[in-house]
Amino acid sequence: MKGRIIILLAGLSMANPALAQDSPDAQTVRAAVLRVDVPSLPPISRLDAPPQDLGFAGARLAIEDNDTTGRFMGQDFEALEVTATPETAAAEMDKLLAEGIPFIVTLADDAETLALADQAGDRALVLNARARGDHLRGKDCRFNVIHAAPSHAMLADALAQFLMWKKWPNWFLVAGSHPEDVALADAYRRAATKFGARIVEARTYEDTGGSRRSDSGHVQVQQQMPVFTQRAPAHDVLIAADENGVFADWLPYATWDARPVAGSAGLVPRSWAPSLEAWGATQFQNRFEKLAGRPIREEDYQTWIALRMIGEAATRTQSTDPATLKEFMLSENFEVAGFKGQKLTLRDWDHQLRQPILLATGSVTASVSPQDQYLHQNSALDTLGFDRPETECKF
Amino acid sequence: MKVSTAILTSALCLGFALPAAANRVFVSNEKGNDVTVLDSETLEVIGTYPVGARPRGITISPDGKELYVCASDDDLVRVFNPETMEEMHTLPSGPDPELFVLHPSGNPLYIANEDDNLVTVVDTQTHKVLAEIPVGVEPEGMGVSPDGKVVINTSETTNMAHFIDSESFEIFANVLVDSRPRFAQFNDAGTKLYVSSEIGGTVSVIDPATQEITRKISFEIPGVLPEAIQPVGVRVTSDGSKVFVALGPANRVAVINGETDEVEDYLLVGQRVWQMAFTPDEKYLFTTNGNSNDVSVIDVAALTVVKSVPVGQQPWGVVVAPN
Repeated sequence: MKGRIIILLAGLSMANPALAQDSPDAQTVRAAVLRVDVPSLPPISRLDAPPQDLGFAGARLAIEDNDTTGRFMGQDFEALEVTATPETAAAEMDKLLAEGIPFIVTLADDAETLALADQAGDRALVLNARARGDHLRGKDCRFNVIHAAPSHAMLADALAQFLMWKKWPNWFLVAGSHPEDVALADAYRRAATKFGARIVEARTYEDTGGSRRSDSGHVQVQQQMPVFTQRAPAHDVLIAADENGVFADWLPYATWDARPVAGSAGLVPRSWAPSLEAWGATQFQNRFEKLAGRPIREEDYQTWIALRMIGEAATRTQSTDPATLKEFMLSENFEVAGFKGQKLTLRDWDHQLRQPILLATGSVTASVSPQDQYLHQNSALDTLGFDRPETECKF
Repeated sequence: MKVSTAILTSALCLGFALPAAANRVFVSNEKGNDVTVLDSETLEVIGTYPVGARPRGITISPDGKELYVCASDDDLVRVFNPETMEEMHTLPSGPDPELFVLHPSGNPLYIANEDDNLVTVVDTQTHKVLAEIPVGVEPEGMGVSPDGKVVINTSETTNMAHFIDSESFEIFANVLVDSRPRFAQFNDAGTKLYVSSEIGGTVSVIDPATQEITRKISFEIPGVLPEAIQPVGVRVTSDGSKVFVALGPANRVAVINGETDEVEDYLLVGQRVWQMAFTPDEKYLFTTNGNSNDVSVIDVAALTVVKSVPVGQQPWGVVVAPN
C-alpha cells in the first residue's frame, strides 16, 4: 500500500506535509501476525466457514491505516502474515524471533498462545488476538503479552449485565464437553454470582463427533436438542457455552421450553460484529469490506486493534523504537480508538484491553455492554472481566 | 410568518418563494434520507424533502441561493434550491462525502471523503474537481480560515488536524490532537482554531499562526460518565466571546468563554447532539440530536434551551439560510 500512496502523492504533486514525508529514510515498525490453524470439522453454518485471510485482512487494514498516518510522521509499518499448524507454530515463532520482529500478533488457542508467549520471552511483545481463556489473564499471565481479544469473563459479564437488565435472572446453562467449553461455563457461573443471577441447572452436551451437517440434510444434533433440553427447572433463558461450535447453533427454536438462547448462539457477546453502525463503525465496516470483499470477523477486528495499538503508540511517541512503543503502550497515558464509542485502554494488572462488548444476534447489534446501570469507581469497562482486586495475575 | 399552514403548504407545492421574514433552517436526517426545513422564528416545521441516500454534511452558499448536501451513500453532493427544495444539479464529491466547508467567497467547496482518505476540492460554478488532497485516515472535520487562505481537515483515525494551503492545495502543517477529531472551527478573527476530539473528550485550541496547541479544554458534568462526554460540533459567536461545543451522548452543549477558554455552562439538549448552526443574528443556535430525532433551540443571549422540535430520522447536520 505504501507504493500506491507514493504514486498518488507524486501524481498529485502535493507532497509537502510539515512534520515529515514518506521518504527512503522513513522509519519502519515491523510486526508479524502468526495464525495457528487447528484442523477442524466445518462449522454448523456454511456462513461461518473461516475465510483464508481470517485475521490477516484485519492486519492489512491496520497497516493501511497506520501507513496513512505514518506518511505524516515519517513512519512506515509492515506486518508479515504467517500461518502455522500446532506442529509448526514453534518453528515459525523461532523464525520471527530470529528476524528480530519485536511485535507478534498471535491468533491461537489458549495453550498455544501461552507456549508462544513463553517462547518469545523478552524478545518480542505478543499481542493476543484470539485466545479468550481467563487463566491467560490470571495465574498464567505474562508480562510480554497484551490481550486485544476479550476474555471469557468479559464476554460472560457483558451478557450477564444485559440479562439482569432484562430481568432474566434464572439461567439454564448448557456447556460442551471440551476444556474451553468448561472454562467458558465457569465464566458464566462467575458472572451469575457477580451480578445476582441463578443457574437453575447446568448440563453438559458431550461432543461425540460427527455432529455437523450431513449431505442428506438430516441433522442429528438438531433433532437431539428438544429432548436434550427436556425437564430443566423453570428458567428465563438458556445459556450455551460452546467454544467449538458443536451444538449451540442448533438450540434456538429447538429447546424443550420456549425460552430464548444466549451465549454461543442467539444473543452472542462479541468483540465485534459486522452489523455495528454506531460510533463511526459504518466507515470502518465499509473500509474493511472494500479491502477484504467479505464482512469482518472478530479475529479481524482483534488483529486490527492490536496493530492499531502499535501504530497509535508510534504516532503519540513519534518514535519507532520497539522499546519506546512497548513502554508507552503499557503506560497509563496510552489510549486507542476502536469504533466502540469510547477510548480503549490497557489494564495494568493483566494487560487486558478494556473494551465494550457487543451483544449481537445474526443481523443486528442488539445492545452493547457495559449496561448504563452498572457503575464503577474507575471505569465502567472494569465491570467486565477481572477487576484489579480480583486478579490472580502477578507479573 | 403570520401565514397559515394551508397557504404555506400550497405556496410550497407551487414552488413559490417564501416571504423573507424569517430564516429557513435545514436539518439533514441521516437515516431518513431527507431534509427537514424549519422556520427560525415560529420554530415550526415547514416541510420535509427527499435529498438522496444518507445525507450528513449540509451547508448553504453565502448568497443563500444554493443548498449543498453530502449524499454520502450516493457518493456525490446534491445541490438544492433552498426555496423550493428542488434539486438543481449535483457536484462530484469523491466517495462517501461526509462533511464539507465552503470557501468564504462561496467557491470552492472542500469535501472530506471519509472512506478514501481524501479531501476533494470542487468548483461550485464549473462543477469540476480542482484537486484531491491525500490526508489521514477517515477525514471528517472541515474548517476554513476567515480569510480563506487555510483549509483544515481533521482525520478521525490518524488524529490530526491537517493545515491545507487553499491556493496550492498542499498540506503545510499537521497537528496531532486527541482521539477521533470530528470538527474544526475558526473564530471570526482567525486567532483561534477549535478542534473537537470525540473519543479523547477534549477540544484543542490551536493558534493558527504557529500551529501550536495553546490549550486543551476538557469537560466534567456531574452525573454524566466521562466516556459519554464526546465533543463533536463547535460554533463560535461572531465576536468570539462564546464557544458552543456539542457533547454527543452527554446530551449537553458546553458553553466556553472565548477569551479564557474556560467552560462556563452546560445546556441540556436532546440525545446525541452532534452539529449546530446559528441564525444570522445569532439569536438562536440549533442543535441536531441524532438519538432523540429532534432539534434543540438554544437562546444564545439567555443561554437557555427554549424548544425541542421533532425532525426526521437521526438528524445529523444543520444550516441556517443567511437571508
